[in-house]
Amino acid sequence: MLFGYSFGDLGSILVMQGFAGLILFSVFVLMALGLAIIFGQMGVINMAHGEFMILGAYMTFLCSNLFQTYLPGLFGLYFFVAMAIAFVVAGALGLATEWLLIRHLYARPLDTLLATWGLSLIMQQAFRSIFGAREVGVELPSWMMGSLTFGSIDVQINGLFVMGLTLIITGVVALLMFRSRWGLQVRAVVTNRTMSGAVGIDTRRIDRLTFGLGCGIAGVAGSAFTMIGSTSPSAGQLYIVDTFLVVVFGGAQSLLGTIASAFTISQSQSTLEFFTSGSNAKVTTLLIVIGLLMLRPQGLFVLKVRK
Amino acid sequence: MSNSIFGKRSYDMIAFVLLAALILVVLPLTLDAFRLNLVGKYLTYSFVALGLVLCWGYTGILSLGQGVFFGLGGYCMAMFLKLEASSVANTKIQSTPGIPDFMDWNQITALPTYWIPFQSLTFTLVAVILVPCFMAFVLSYAMFKRRVGGVYFAIITQALSAVMTILIIGQQGYTGGVNGITDLRTLNGWDIRPDSSKIILYFVCCALLLGCILLGRFVLTSKLGRILVAIRDKEDRVRFSGYDVANFKVFIFCLASIFAAIGGAMFTLQVGFMSPSFVGIVPSIEMVIFCAVGGRHSLVGAVAGALLINYGKTLFSESFPELWLFAMGGLFIAVVLAFPRGLAGLLTDQVMPWVTRLRIRKSGGSPSVSPSPAE
Repeated sequence: MLFGYSFGDLGSILVMQGFAGLILFSVFVLMALGLAIIFGQMGVINMAHGEFMILGAYMTFLCSNLFQTYLPGLFGLYFFVAMAIAFVVAGALGLATEWLLIRHLYARPLDTLLATWGLSLIMQQAFRSIFGAREVGVELPSWMMGSLTFGSIDVQINGLFVMGLTLIITGVVALLMFRSRWGLQVRAVVTNRTMSGAVGIDTRRIDRLTFGLGCGIAGVAGSAFTMIGSTSPSAGQLYIVDTFLVVVFGGAQSLLGTIASAFTISQSQSTLEFFTSGSNAKVTTLLIVIGLLMLRPQGLFVLKVRK
Repeated sequence: MSNSIFGKRSYDMIAFVLLAALILVVLPLTLDAFRLNLVGKYLTYSFVALGLVLCWGYTGILSLGQGVFFGLGGYCMAMFLKLEASSVANTKIQSTPGIPDFMDWNQITALPTYWIPFQSLTFTLVAVILVPCFMAFVLSYAMFKRRVGGVYFAIITQALSAVMTILIIGQQGYTGGVNGITDLRTLNGWDIRPDSSKIILYFVCCALLLGCILLGRFVLTSKLGRILVAIRDKEDRVRFSGYDVANFKVFIFCLASIFAAIGGAMFTLQVGFMSPSFVGIVPSIEMVIFCAVGGRHSLVGAVAGALLINYGKTLFSESFPELWLFAMGGLFIAVVLAFPRGLAGLLTDQVMPWVTRLRIRKSGGSPSVSPSPAE
């Protein structure tokens, strides 16, 4: 007996909380992927990352309303269109941001943090002015509602969908980074910017594309969020701390590290949530991560980079 | 770069005298008690901005968790005031008289142990300084000894301010939760609510602020200050010269946290409550904004930045609440992109050389422009 539960109960609890943790994990990975690309590969701290996600979420909201009004027959498929639109819109805004703002600040990483914070304020107010201050939710297509039963536990379909989506996006990003010419160039620029320029890589173009891709993924992540939660103009700020910790904890330059740390943080948080209150679980998890970072400042996975 | 501030001591002094004249003479004479109290509130933020000038502007440590120290100072003071306001006579209607009202609402029947020492004013005043300082010491010692710095330190302090907010809101029965500690009345029997007390508190706040500026200036112009600038510009080289860089960084971070805590305590006294909305991520970053806009290399500039932005905030949110965040975000981007040294930098780098050139009016030799600082 432990905490008054029998071992059989504890087993089910672990599985249930483990599954809840898996959904949280998918969410963290989606959020952190974009940030890991931008922060890890470029060293730019994008405080507006949360707002790019919310942008994606609002695009999904708009899409669902448009489909409901004009194409009710295709409503079941609107989500895929919405994700594509979220990617394109957030990515395009990311490209514009890089061109107008970030490229002037590469020499001053701490200042990118401040400038993008300014951007996030502007985006938040823009959301508030356009979509209103109240939370909005999207209507899920019927095939995404309900749950499947495996043995003794129920699994929500939208949760499974988010997980599948995470898997696909992570796979695509990994392919892009490690199998494409662009990924090779990005990794070259990270390792040695000057030499990459010398061998003919257009480092500025690579920077712009990397930033745009990171923002686009944030948009897709936001789009995925609408399935499990509602969207409000300032929701982006709620996620930004978690996301940064995931990326830093994982070791900023390593995609694998990001995934591993997202897994650790989400699992410990959701398991703790069962035994104490939600806020205590969050505090404990954050404190543990801060403590571990003190012991291992480079994060879990370290990529050797020559500065 | 280091010469530009140290070589311009006369500007510094003029700015200091102007600021003192503004907050001690001009504002009290021209504003009514309500507005003066508002200015007093803005000045409490400028304590934090001062600390940021020391640790960010001069040592290169960007902390996004100054709200934590501001909050700790403020909460220490609020706990004392709250205990005094919840005397048995004042709280007769509660099921447990003599404990703060929010504890009673949360079915807590005895005062928690760590609240008990806050019945003493002396202890409270010491705690206002020492509690945040201790916390800053533990955090920064652990970080800087492990050579965690720059962006990582910023993110971790930000996480810390998130933790602090969640903790305060979650432990409602012990901290007052999201409403904070409200309904504060007297300080050792002296009522802090009427206008006459608020004016006295305003002057106390000004005196402390000017004292902090002088202390900060003393630190920056000493040999220690030069080492700090050296750490900011080339940390490794300072380490190779035989200095223990971490100790200097810990010292300046603790000093900054003490400044923030004094600001927090004065905030509680002047505004009459303390709540988690002054602890979290958003207020912490706003305080960095004050410092950046005023000038991260100028103590007086940071105070001016805090005053100006808050004045603008009050003005805008009274008349165009929609525009405020646009204006703030735009201003911030503009400052970071175009004038990284803020208003004070604009004054010393652009206006002053121009004035000098006007005075000299010599045709030979192109005017030398000071190089932009290496960040």
